Amino acid sequence: MRKDKALLLKLARSDRSGLNPDELKRSDELRKTEISRPLVMVNSSTSGIVAGSLLTWKAVESYAADRSIELDLTETGSIGLSSEDPVVSVQIPGRTRIFFSRITEGRVPSLLDDLFHQVVPDGNVIGQLLREGQEPWENVPALADLPFFALQNRIVMESCGIIDPFSLEEYMAGGGYGAFIRTIRSYTFSEVCELVTASGLRGRSGGGFSTGEKWKAAFRTPSDQKYLICNAEESDPGAFMDRTLMEGNPFQLLEGISIAAYAIGSNRAYIYIRSEYKDAIRRINNAIKELREIGLLGDNILDSGYNLQISLRKGPGAFVCGEETALIASLEGKRGMPSSKPPYPTTSGYLGRPTVVNNVETLSNLPGIIRKGPEWFRSIGTEESPGTKIFSISGRVALSGLVEVPMGTSFDTIINKIIGGAGRGRELKALHLGGPSGCMVPLDLMDLPVSYEALKEKGLIMGSGGVLVMDDRTCVVNTVRFFMYYLNKQSCGKCIPCREGTRRMAEILASITRKPADEEGSTTLERFKGVMQLESLAEVMKDTSLCGLGQNAPNPVVSTLKYFRHEYEEHIFERRCPSNTCTELRTWYIDVDLCTGCTVCAKKCPADAIIGTARHPYFIVQEKCIGCGICYDVCKFSAVYYK
Amino acid sequence: MADQAARIEKILHQFPQIKRNALIPLLQAVQDEFGFISEEAVAKIGAHLSLPTSKVYGLATFYNQFSFSPRGFYHVVLCNGTSCHMGGAGDLLNEITKLLEIGDGETTRDGLFSLEVQSCIGACGQSPVMSVNGTYFSGISVKEVREIIKQYREDAER
Repeated sequence: MRKDKALLLKLARSDRSGLNPDELKRSDELRKTEISRPLVMVNSSTSGIVAGSLLTWKAVESYAADRSIELDLTETGSIGLSSEDPVVSVQIPGRTRIFFSRITEGRVPSLLDDLFHQVVPDGNVIGQLLREGQEPWENVPALADLPFFALQNRIVMESCGIIDPFSLEEYMAGGGYGAFIRTIRSYTFSEVCELVTASGLRGRSGGGFSTGEKWKAAFRTPSDQKYLICNAEESDPGAFMDRTLMEGNPFQLLEGISIAAYAIGSNRAYIYIRSEYKDAIRRINNAIKELREIGLLGDNILDSGYNLQISLRKGPGAFVCGEETALIASLEGKRGMPSSKPPYPTTSGYLGRPTVVNNVETLSNLPGIIRKGPEWFRSIGTEESPGTKIFSISGRVALSGLVEVPMGTSFDTIINKIIGGAGRGRELKALHLGGPSGCMVPLDLMDLPVSYEALKEKGLIMGSGGVLVMDDRTCVVNTVRFFMYYLNKQSCGKCIPCREGTRRMAEILASITRKPADEEGSTTLERFKGVMQLESLAEVMKDTSLCGLGQNAPNPVVSTLKYFRHEYEEHIFERRCPSNTCTELRTWYIDVDLCTGCTVCAKKCPADAIIGTARHPYFIVQEKCIGCGICYDVCKFSAVYYK
Repeated sequence: MADQAARIEKILHQFPQIKRNALIPLLQAVQDEFGFISEEAVAKIGAHLSLPTSKVYGLATFYNQFSFSPRGFYHVVLCNGTSCHMGGAGDLLNEITKLLEIGDGETTRDGLFSLEVQSCIGACGQSPVMSVNGTYFSGISVKEVREIIKQYREDAER
């Protein structure tokens, strides 16, 4: 079906009062507020697929085919509740849409049977999406009233999980692309820069630099060619907000890119995306194609004389490529190694031309700012950090997923009220903010308002917004050790403080989480010296590293030494891991009642620490034990245990 | 082998512009086609872009996406992101390494299994996550990993 371009452009830019009844009807159809056939939407974002949504999809198809029911089956992104996936939402004509959690393939028939008989099934109900003109279901909570949604302020993620990410028509019928159309028709380049500066939008990837100022710097640099790059690398483990935004609402990102490219006077934009993000790539490629077809990308867009090409480039995967100069090097076909600044990319970036690099969340904020104005944006969040921030929350939590809150919301609200705390009756221990090179936040800082300034005051960084929640079963030192191994592996190796510093830190941390039994006298001394030097090493790395990776690498060490020193001390002086996570520090015992004296553990023990007589219970000489746990693995009688 | 050379040639033809910034997309195309980058491919790409083979190889080894040994019949991807690590991905990795006797980026001698450890699959809500040839297993334990590998082994023997 060919798209009705004129109608879509009208829907996108005018308020609904200017539409005639026919147009209103079409708009309602496209926005799915008025449907003629039942609609089933399956979350097919990454987390949905991992949870089995592809099978759910097939089950819905065969359900409809078996019973000759005509229904519309479409994909959506995630509404943010990733631990509840596969999330499925169902809307039958005239009624509101209901969202259900954990609909695996086996649950599909009974779910749809019930709904088609106008009955709400027991269990698995998340809530209903209340909309005008639709009859609500009884005894089903409204999505907006649930604690998970009520305390959030979703402006960037508003449509994620609600709309079909493959349908430009649905996006435009909801007012999408109106901001871009207004931008190219009513504003000059510098007016857009001013507007965004006035809104106070700051880069959401961690640095928090003013987006408008960055644009102005690039706009003022004279050049025959300028570039806009969307940084969709997001290599932080545990951060999945950019990916979810691209999977849930790719058109919003592309609209943001178009506005940003226009503002800096560029006609060439690139999306640098991780090659592993296959589902996001599929959606963005489709979005680019649709936009080209309708003439919102290409030459002379809507007769404004403005040209824009957006292309997608797949990043071959390196943590450091999230840093803008490394990203540009990678785009140029080189190793993704950062270079020293200045010159900043805004004066000399991709191919030596002025380049602005913005991340996905930053760009996705733009359509809203243009549509509703900078004052509206300033009214959300704090004075110096306006707007919202999306946090991806994972780890030991009751619910894991994406939470979008105004800047200045406290950790307590985010973790305890919205997410529901550690869950399963466990106690919270700490939060880790901002990925491997982020900071550990102790519980006494839970009341801290989350904004760039407030965090900086406490020596913490926001990073990309990944929050890892730890409960009493997690070992702080072991987690930091894991981060340091990761950072060492991901260091590009260009500068020495980062390359060697992360390695040495990983070595020191490993030695803390190991038993001393196999160490000689001098090694013990070396280990001790290492621990003493951990803090000064961190200082040097912070001061002398070339890019953010090395400068931020000591963060987890510094923050945990500050707030969780007692845990380090327990590891070092008592050789004990309080949460029993460090396998090499476990103290192993043999249960005399269960041991049959089969000799297998004694034969396998690499330290000859298990002694005894065959067919009688064996025991472990603790002084010799290196804590490798091989005895535990080989014991057929479950007689080996640890404390 | 002649077949492989022809397939590489075909990919090179899709990249007529011989600029340096075509290098990564070219390597990605080869990786997508064969599942790995062979010596022959590195040499051919170098010749095509007038770059020394050492430069091409040096770039390819920098990035995580490229592998230099053929993938196994079953490609096991284990997520070892922070959330999965907390959920016990380290233990799963030990178990898989023990079961298959291969490490990250390696393939078993019989070519049946290969292992790749990724830093984050992006499904932190379902940790720990593993996939075999694109089929995902979430929230798994060491015991379940043993079962899954066993199952695939049996399937292959059949």
